[in-house]
Amino acid sequence: MSGPRETCDVAVIGGGPAGLAAALGARRAGAGKVLLLERDRTLGGILNQCVHDGFGLFLYKETISGPEYAERLTEDVLREPIRVATGTMVLDLSPDRVLRVNSREGYRLVEAGAVVLAMGCRERTREMIEIPGTRPAGIFTAGSAQNLVNLQNLRIGNEAVILGSGDIGLIMARRLVFEGVAVKGVFEILPWANGLERNIRQCLMDLRIPLELRSTVVEIRGRDRVESVVVAKVDESLAPVAGTESVIPCDTLLLSVGLIPENELAKKAGVVLSPLTGGAVVDETLMTSIPGIFSCGNVLHIHDVADWASFEGFAAGERAARFAAGERPAGPTIRVSAGPNVRYALPQLVTRGKPGVEWSFRVKRPVRDVAVEVKGLTSGKVYARRKFARLLPSELQKIKVRVAVEEDLEVGCP
Amino acid sequence: MRETATPTYDVVVIGGGVVGCAVLRELSRYDLRLLLLEKEADLAEGVSKGNSGVIHAGFNVPSGSLKAKTNVAGLALIYPLAVELGVPHRKTGNLVVALSDEDRPRLEELKAEGDRSGVPDLEIVDETAIRRLEPLARGRWALYSPHTGIISPYELTVALAECAWQNGAEVRLETPVEAVGSGDGLFRLATPKGTIAARRVVNSAGLFADEVARLAGIEDYRVFPYRGEYLIADKDCGLRLGLPVYPVSSRNDPGLGIHITPTLEGNIILGPSAEPVEDKRDAASTREVMARLKAEAGRLMPELGGVPFIHSYTGIRPKLVDPSGRDRFRDFVIEESGLRPGWINLVGIESPGLTAAPAIAKMVAAMIGGRLDMREKPGFIAGQPPRIRFAHAGDSERAERVSRDADWGEMVCRCEHVTRAEVVSALRNPFGVRTMDAVKRRTRCGMGRCQGGFCTPRIVEILQDEGVPADGITKRGGVSRLFYGRIKG
Repeated sequence: MSGPRETCDVAVIGGGPAGLAAALGARRAGAGKVLLLERDRTLGGILNQCVHDGFGLFLYKETISGPEYAERLTEDVLREPIRVATGTMVLDLSPDRVLRVNSREGYRLVEAGAVVLAMGCRERTREMIEIPGTRPAGIFTAGSAQNLVNLQNLRIGNEAVILGSGDIGLIMARRLVFEGVAVKGVFEILPWANGLERNIRQCLMDLRIPLELRSTVVEIRGRDRVESVVVAKVDESLAPVAGTESVIPCDTLLLSVGLIPENELAKKAGVVLSPLTGGAVVDETLMTSIPGIFSCGNVLHIHDVADWASFEGFAAGERAARFAAGERPAGPTIRVSAGPNVRYALPQLVTRGKPGVEWSFRVKRPVRDVAVEVKGLTSGKVYARRKFARLLPSELQKIKVRVAVEEDLEVGCP
Repeated sequence: MRETATPTYDVVVIGGGVVGCAVLRELSRYDLRLLLLEKEADLAEGVSKGNSGVIHAGFNVPSGSLKAKTNVAGLALIYPLAVELGVPHRKTGNLVVALSDEDRPRLEELKAEGDRSGVPDLEIVDETAIRRLEPLARGRWALYSPHTGIISPYELTVALAECAWQNGAEVRLETPVEAVGSGDGLFRLATPKGTIAARRVVNSAGLFADEVARLAGIEDYRVFPYRGEYLIADKDCGLRLGLPVYPVSSRNDPGLGIHITPTLEGNIILGPSAEPVEDKRDAASTREVMARLKAEAGRLMPELGGVPFIHSYTGIRPKLVDPSGRDRFRDFVIEESGLRPGWINLVGIESPGLTAAPAIAKMVAAMIGGRLDMREKPGFIAGQPPRIRFAHAGDSERAERVSRDADWGEMVCRCEHVTRAEVVSALRNPFGVRTMDAVKRRTRCGMGRCQGGFCTPRIVEILQDEGVPADGITKRGGVSRLFYGRIKG
């Protein structure tokens, strides 16, 4: 295109908890021109609609609301000579780091020395979990409902059922009750809740909202607006059990059935994605399979708390700055896979002989009194072992190997 | 409601589906006062929105029937019409595949039927040719029809109505006809918004054409609703389907069998099922059929196993075949009532009604022309250039548009890359359609993989900017409201 072209050292795509931190990380590592691209009108991303408390415990050593957390990071960003472009959406990303960018100010191309992906995630929909029935108004994903209620002050219904026990669903259950909406129950298909324990306690138990495990919505009814949903118990294979159906009258169904890293741009650039995380396969520098493209936050893997997304952002930003300054990967990598009862371990690749690497991982099922091990696949040697009183699928955990490793590894609960 | 002076129209069309809108547009060539009444809050809210979007060649229906005649005539009309109206479409060709030698005779039958009806260029092809025409398709033999195509059925319907409107026709939405009287050579159509007088009436009420006819005292028809469920795969499923692929269906199948159809935007559609239902509005999807669609499509195209689906939808066919009866085929009804001269009934317009619509419109115009003094108007506007979609525009076109109007720089739908300019333009339609579904169908906002998760709050804001109060925002009109006022905030 013979139009305007912009250049920068590091382009950060997404201005949420990970992207804000990545921009700061890039500056602190010495990047001259940092461009922070955010599609919304303000920085902060989904933090802005998370008006509840519980953010910042790790980053700021106190708990604050989502908007306050966003404000603090934003203030830091605005103090730096970082070029902030809000209302700006990146439409395309090429493997040689050319971005197609659109905003009210103009459509343009941006050439970046390094790129940090921090686009966050999107919510799984009714269609992805294939709930049969009609298609009336009154079906919202929990995050959209949170936006409509918290940012637009709209009343989305009078009687709600919540499917899925993800954190946003739990938070919204409480929010709706506070707004006078009757929340008839939270239904979770798995035998355990998907949200953080503190949210189960504070958002459901304290408000006496029933949580039904091993059950799901099997039909939506109502032509124009939701009139009722049919719920049923599920068997071991998660299939509904005939005869256990009951009809719950309601006008609203909220879905909190999982989050998916939003990697449309990564795919366009040809970044290799992991089927386990839905995010990029990265090395310990958070670099993807495409040199100079880094990933952090929920676009890399779904986090339980925003602080960890920010820590990842700082690291990715710093590495991107170093790449833009000419630093290149140190050498060949070893592979790291997920072992018994571990859903995934990240990073999936590590530079051979690199000491002090830390992995994030999640378990598949809740377990008590277990040790998690990082084990060499060739030698069987255990490089790290960490004991946990309890591990939940909803929690992101960490394990670190202090020594240098030369063989492929597995992170598992043996 | 106190009646004011009853307006009199030369022709009133009842029903804003593709056939009603095609009739309205055809009649708008002439010096007639025209009105279309639609009971729903948008056009194409019934049969016209829930189908495969296929331009049929005409070999699936018995030669000599009105279905065959209007299909073959419509095939010749619909491509130039889509160009005139700027409606997205593509001539893809299609394949009806036989998985074994045993099914070849059925292909020969279809070809013979098509040849008799004058369907052009049908050909029986072998395995190698199947692979060449569509690498995803497999089969021993196939009937190849090069003139079959795909079109956006609701965009066609809306474009037909907007074209008629440009030529002076009126359209009233959310205006059901509740009673019909007559006298002084006029029909009097009672609606909740007042009574309308019409010299001629075209009943194109789709699923409800029998009930509308009954209002006029015509008891001749009964429309049976047959539900058809569909699934839509994500564009990112890794498969690029070039043309619709059909199984050989038995003569007794009430539909054409579960087939696999590409959309213009690169999605793949599976479906439809075909089941009689009690309720004409029962557009629910069922667990059983969702599973069956996947199984049958997988038989036809194993690559489809495990692809992610982003949406399901359901259409209802307005069939005249009684599900409990013996007759396998009932033809389109396109006739003037003997009992009520001047009242034209279009009943049982199921598949291939989308393709046949422009031909049916010409038949209806001829029927009305025989009774009314119809003169062609000078300066008929045949259509409009295709709407520019940001997602399809090149870099320089995009840059130029944004520099002229900043609304092209504001992305509303992140999955389908729809801008604020396109949403606002859709909301400023001539008929005042302001529903969420109308925005979706006109712009593709919410048709992507997040299914409106991100753009719904944005569209809600834009609707309010355009003057729709939050409480007035609906999914598809009526009581399909999204909100119950405001919270204290």
